[in-house]
Amino acid sequence: MSEAVATSAPTWDRARVLRWTRDNGVYAALVLLLLYNLFFTPRFMTWSNLEVQLTLSTRVIVVALGMAMVIGTGGIDLSVGAVMALAGGLLVQFSGVNGYVAIALVLVGGALVGALNGVLVGYIGVQPIVATLAFLFAGRSIAQLLLAGKNPSVSDPVVLGVAGNKPLGIDGLIWAALAAIAIVAFLMRRSTYGRRLLAIGDNSRASFLSGVPVAPTLVLVYVASGVLAAWAGVMDTSSITSANALSSGLNYELFAITAVVVGGTPLTGGRVRVLATVAGAILMQLLRSTLIFHSATDAISQMITAVVIVVAVYIQRVRKRA
Amino acid sequence: MPPTAPVLEARSISKSFPGVRALDGVSLTVLPGRAHALIGENGAGKSTLIKILTGVYQLDEGTLLHRGEQVAFTEPRAAQSAGISTIYQELDLVPLQSAARNLYLGREPRTRIGLVDFKKMRRDARALLADYGIDADVDAPLASLGLGTQQMISVARAVALDANVVIMDEPTSSLEAREVETLFAIIERLKAAGVAIVYVSHRLDELYRVCEDVTVLRDGKMVHTGLMADLPRLQLVATMLGRELLEQTRRERAEGEGPDPDAEPVLDVRGISRRNLLHDVSFQVRPGEVVGLGGLLGAGRSETGMAVLGAQEIDSGEVVVAGRPVRRNSPAAAIEAGVAMLPEDRKLAGILPSMSIRDNIALAALPRLSRLGLVSDKRIDEIVAQFMKQLSIRATGPAQKVGTLSGGNQQKVMLARWLCLNPKVLILDEPTRGIDVGAKAEVRATIDELAAQGLAVVLVSSEAEELVDESDRIVVLKEGRVIDELTDDHVTERHLMQAIAGETDEAEQTPAADEQTPTPDEQTPAPDEQHEGGADDE
Repeated sequence: MSEAVATSAPTWDRARVLRWTRDNGVYAALVLLLLYNLFFTPRFMTWSNLEVQLTLSTRVIVVALGMAMVIGTGGIDLSVGAVMALAGGLLVQFSGVNGYVAIALVLVGGALVGALNGVLVGYIGVQPIVATLAFLFAGRSIAQLLLAGKNPSVSDPVVLGVAGNKPLGIDGLIWAALAAIAIVAFLMRRSTYGRRLLAIGDNSRASFLSGVPVAPTLVLVYVASGVLAAWAGVMDTSSITSANALSSGLNYELFAITAVVVGGTPLTGGRVRVLATVAGAILMQLLRSTLIFHSATDAISQMITAVVIVVAVYIQRVRKRA
Repeated sequence: MPPTAPVLEARSISKSFPGVRALDGVSLTVLPGRAHALIGENGAGKSTLIKILTGVYQLDEGTLLHRGEQVAFTEPRAAQSAGISTIYQELDLVPLQSAARNLYLGREPRTRIGLVDFKKMRRDARALLADYGIDADVDAPLASLGLGTQQMISVARAVALDANVVIMDEPTSSLEAREVETLFAIIERLKAAGVAIVYVSHRLDELYRVCEDVTVLRDGKMVHTGLMADLPRLQLVATMLGRELLEQTRRERAEGEGPDPDAEPVLDVRGISRRNLLHDVSFQVRPGEVVGLGGLLGAGRSETGMAVLGAQEIDSGEVVVAGRPVRRNSPAAAIEAGVAMLPEDRKLAGILPSMSIRDNIALAALPRLSRLGLVSDKRIDEIVAQFMKQLSIRATGPAQKVGTLSGGNQQKVMLARWLCLNPKVLILDEPTRGIDVGAKAEVRATIDELAAQGLAVVLVSSEAEELVDESDRIVVLKEGRVIDELTDDHVTERHLMQAIAGETDEAEQTPAADEQTPTPDEQTPAPDEQHEGGADDE
């Protein structure tokens, strides 16, 4: 039974190089980009700039964590950007109540949207891309109705504190993202739910036949994505100190998917790479700002983003054949 | 019938897929004006052969002759324009277009200036369908018509295409009794017009009624070819299942071995029914007993197993495990009650290919290995180590991905997933299919061992020899019904074949009753063979 032994001798053949690239490519790319900036971009490699860059990537990180979980089940969640906008609208609605309660209510709102998506996908069997597309449009419209076309500013100290406080001198948004990373990493590593989520993504039929509650688990996955998106919306509103139904979270579903894909999580499901997703989000942010430092136009910047995505997807493709 | 030149002839065709030799030197001679039965169990190579005849696959070795000339169909279209039509999958049909358009797809009647003549098309379509006694609205989108009607339209299209060979794969599986008669009438007309039919079915009655010639495939080889009339039913079943001698009887049981006849049944299946699939299926299994489910493809064996697991919805009846009725249609509830099942299709319904051996084994046991929603990795590691050793799973370690294991080791991982739950009832659906001989023996030894430990085992196997060897009793199914139960001395291949072939024992035979049923096909045929037929060879 020679085929039982899968790992080949440690020679650096093509397949092995590609496998290494798939597993560590995002980190390698991050290191290379930082080295490049160290030598070729003046004023880039300073603590203050790096903290700014990290802070800028935190919202995408938080949304991308939820997206990675959904993608782990073989699905996709296009509603996250709209949920961010909705979170801002809801925060304004709850401006009378205690800030903690208001934030909790906003997260519940995100959970409800996720539950709706999850029921459509898990129980009714709607394709994830279609089920969540509906709320991509509906969510932003609801936010617009809530805000009545205005961009009201937020004054609650608790809400403003999310981005404004700097514990240990580190930006509040970074702490907010770290909290989300810790929770998701814990869920994926230790919880029954995390294992089931991956099992469903790898083989949904087999999971069902092994007693995995497939539909309820799917609902909870979309709920997680909704809550994380709502949290990102709170972070966004806190950071710009006002709610904006039109711009908050705009295109974030695409940024999140990009971060997940660049991080090496396969779109086919069965695997979720939490830290690599974080690295993917940071990489895309650094890439963008590097280009800005070198005065590249937006068009060039987007072209390069496209190339990175294509390369990431190409490496994924190799994985299937290897 | 005088010998005529074959219209289609396959000579020593071989075809391999990675890891499988799907066809090994198979020959098939199709004569005009006759129907040729092509039969074999799952994985026998029927689908592969048909796909080669119709240009879907290319042959590796051998020759294909059409009207005496060597041909190589590089794509389905080439075979079709040569006059070889299939109605097994509506490959070329467009579900959202009207029936009329589908009938004339690719050869629409034209007006003088080259536009499609819809008027003529609809008129012709109506005439064509009326001619064949098919009652359908030619303007309705194909997908909106019943499956049976769609299939009839597919036949009509084949005829209208001036086909000289029409291949029908399980054509009656989705037809109502009345439609079956219409189809048979069409087949007779086609034969009279000199068209050759290749007819694939597991319904023996139909085969004997429709076909003149027969070819039996088994494990990719041709094991019999000749006249249908020269092959008695029992012989046909035996040939198909690969047991010409029929000598296998139940393995000798040692003193004290086998189930306690006085024990209460641990599994009690009470009259489960599902429209078109299962009809009042009942049987019991005692602790330590191995009950085989016998029957041909599409008889409802796998569906019965799935129903016990709660994965096949049922309309009525109940499954009782250890005296307690199990909540319907919930695998989780059935598993909690002590049911475990190794499904037939390991790849599709069993393994998590890109996950580790460890995660695969722990999957069903997760609720028991968790507390407050958190997994205990320590307990998982203990169990995984224990079962990898106990079942001698050969791998680099518990972290190896199951997709990279051999079939036999994958099957052992599946067994471990269930055994670590300490189940009361174990359903094994084709547990040794597609695994090598050594691993087969190991899996069988494991079955014996488990039964000896008091597990109630339900065994589904297409291998008659395996079924007879392993089972204490055999429940024989046909078209979703229990038609016989073999016990004690009757657990032999001969009795099994006779039950499947529909031949009763000499003593019980009632000739009068036999003659009173000229059309034994009057019950509504079950459409369950569709997916099983489609899974052939995969």
